[in-house]
Amino acid sequence: MRTLKFLLEKEFRQIFRSKSILPLIFVVPIVQLLILPLAADYEVKNIKISIVDHDHSPYSQQLISKITASGYFKLVDYNSSFNEAFKQIENNKSDIILEIPDGFERNLVRENEEKLFIAVNAINGVKASLGGKYLNHIISAYNEEIRLQWVQLNKFNTSPVISITVSNWFNPFMNYQIFMVPGILVLLVTMVSTYMCALNIVKEKEIGTIEQINVTPIKKYQFILGKLIPFWVIGMLVFSVGLFLVARLVYGIVPVGNLFLLYCYLAIYLVALLGFGLLISTFASTQQQAMSVTFFFVMIFIFMSGLFTSLDGMPRWAYIIAKCSPVTYFIEVVRMIVLKGSSFAEIKNHFLIMIGFSIFLNGLAVWNYKKTN
Amino acid sequence: MKQIISFVRKEFYHVFRDSKTMLMLFGLPIAQIVLFGFALTNEIKNSKIVICDYAKDEATQQIIKKLEVGRNFIIQKELISHKQIEEALKQGDIKLAIIFPSNFNKDLLHLNKAQVQIIADASDPNTASILTDYATNIIMDYQQELMKNNTMPFRIVPEIRMLYNPELKGAPNFVPGVMALVLLLICVLMTSVSIVKEKETGTIEVLLVSPLNPVIIIISKAIPYLFLSLINLTVILTLSVRLLGMPINGSILLLLAESILFIILSLTLGILISNIARSQQSAMLISMMGMLAPTILLTGFMFPIENMPVPLQVISNLIPSKWYYTIITSIMIKGLRFSAIWKETLVLFGMTCFLLLVSFKKFKNRLE
Repeated sequence: MRTLKFLLEKEFRQIFRSKSILPLIFVVPIVQLLILPLAADYEVKNIKISIVDHDHSPYSQQLISKITASGYFKLVDYNSSFNEAFKQIENNKSDIILEIPDGFERNLVRENEEKLFIAVNAINGVKASLGGKYLNHIISAYNEEIRLQWVQLNKFNTSPVISITVSNWFNPFMNYQIFMVPGILVLLVTMVSTYMCALNIVKEKEIGTIEQINVTPIKKYQFILGKLIPFWVIGMLVFSVGLFLVARLVYGIVPVGNLFLLYCYLAIYLVALLGFGLLISTFASTQQQAMSVTFFFVMIFIFMSGLFTSLDGMPRWAYIIAKCSPVTYFIEVVRMIVLKGSSFAEIKNHFLIMIGFSIFLNGLAVWNYKKTN
Repeated sequence: MKQIISFVRKEFYHVFRDSKTMLMLFGLPIAQIVLFGFALTNEIKNSKIVICDYAKDEATQQIIKKLEVGRNFIIQKELISHKQIEEALKQGDIKLAIIFPSNFNKDLLHLNKAQVQIIADASDPNTASILTDYATNIIMDYQQELMKNNTMPFRIVPEIRMLYNPELKGAPNFVPGVMALVLLLICVLMTSVSIVKEKETGTIEVLLVSPLNPVIIIISKAIPYLFLSLINLTVILTLSVRLLGMPINGSILLLLAESILFIILSLTLGILISNIARSQQSAMLISMMGMLAPTILLTGFMFPIENMPVPLQVISNLIPSKWYYTIITSIMIKGLRFSAIWKETLVLFGMTCFLLLVSFKKFKNRLE
């Protein structure tokens, strides 16, 4: 116990002595958490639209003013050549083209039907389908208006109508930040603890100080605990600052669920994560190796975790890979507890899996760490 | 000249000797481009929904059949209470619940009005709105079918064409983004660390007392990584065309030239970081902690930049990968010529010159 105390003292001194590392662990994540969630917003607005009007009729004018008045679209270009408008799309000046054909008003009235052409820049699929959807909504609302001008109301009520009520639970205002802030916090905590832990032991290997520790009577488990606990504390600290200072004060996110439950999970998660860092550092012999391996896995953890894209949409094999990463589970749990207020019974499986991860990773690391070189 | 060559050779030895790092250097871009190219998608499919059909009549059966046809849903039919729905949503495996009240068809036929309730798990707003829309559209389709015999007058029919990516796949968006990300981070990370390593172990002193100009020492440090990145670039491009079905509609030469410019820019950034950092650990933390998340979010492939608040849009201009991402999507997917992307190229070029200037200036200061 006394040995462990001294080891911990040594580790904490080493961490706090380095003036260049400290801001990177504490300030950089917090600043990023302050700024980055603002960028993570799928709510599509300010869609740039080019309108090609071959008709120049009162109807086409009405439709255009409906579109610009909706607030979703910004009219960047109005002319009568499709090629001109297409050039705007190529240069990223515009996202969507609406082409109103010649005789739009005339055909609509005489032939009861008329087409409109919409072309969307679909490189980003989500943005494209949302943009197309909004435009469709506006057009059909306008369509309804025209219909009412020409036909009496009662003629329609005879047809059956299904009315759909939609309730959005857990996040009724569809606020994207509530969804992203906890996720990004997890991402930052994950990065800090894995990097720090993976590099730490390797550094001792590289400069040779590990030999000095090896010749002391310090036990294997004491050494490993001495390495784990400081980063565990740092991880808890960074998470708490992020959760209470940034998420609550700046973004006004108050966890719906039980905080104690969240912290219990965080504690186990950090043990698993640090075990992973340890494992890497037992395999690597230089910091460069440790870093490139960590980088590889952190990138995969982040992109496959469901933080930015939905897990359900992945192909089956990718889904299985995603389920093999502890980050995926923690992101799910954070969102469940913070947003939905899930209770222990609902995340019991997540707990079991994470405990499994931490035992497996740490066991492997301890097994692989040899006191003799 | 001979001295430079022997210097570069020394650096190559350093790189090739460390087989674990080498494996990562080549394995990482390949694994990531393949993995993310297939796995990252914004499509919402295979989402589990639950249907509570209290009516069990002809109309609801038909709607359910329509819902089942699409690939977007995995449907569970259960009669569960409001409370159970809440529990299911909290557990997170169900994303949407559709509830048909009893007498659905009766109401629809006799009162001309029937109700459906949709409850979405909006903790993920994007998935929720896409799923809700999808379900709404299918129900509306059914309603349209009922009215078939009396068609609506004065119909405006919008015809939507999706340019460049008609199937709305994820790859055309994500592959260029991941490419920019991987190239940038690997170059920055590797150069910065390899220079700082010499600082940390003290061998840089030996190099600095040699008759070579310090600028040349630094440049020859970057050359092996330029070479490695070029190999990586070739592999990434081949994979994305062959395996992921990405097009290269524009000129390949232009694409390569722009990529080389971007790689040089990233190497310069790595050199700058190596000037600032004192230990390998801080060099890594600057390149990873400082750069990974901002690059992912502000490049524009995850979230559209024009939706962001104005200050962030301004900040995003400082991220080199944002410009490179625009350039490669323009060349690969849109097939544009140089005249369309000269501005972005100029920005990348300007950034490179600026970073080179700053890092050499800093480097000289350190010597005195």
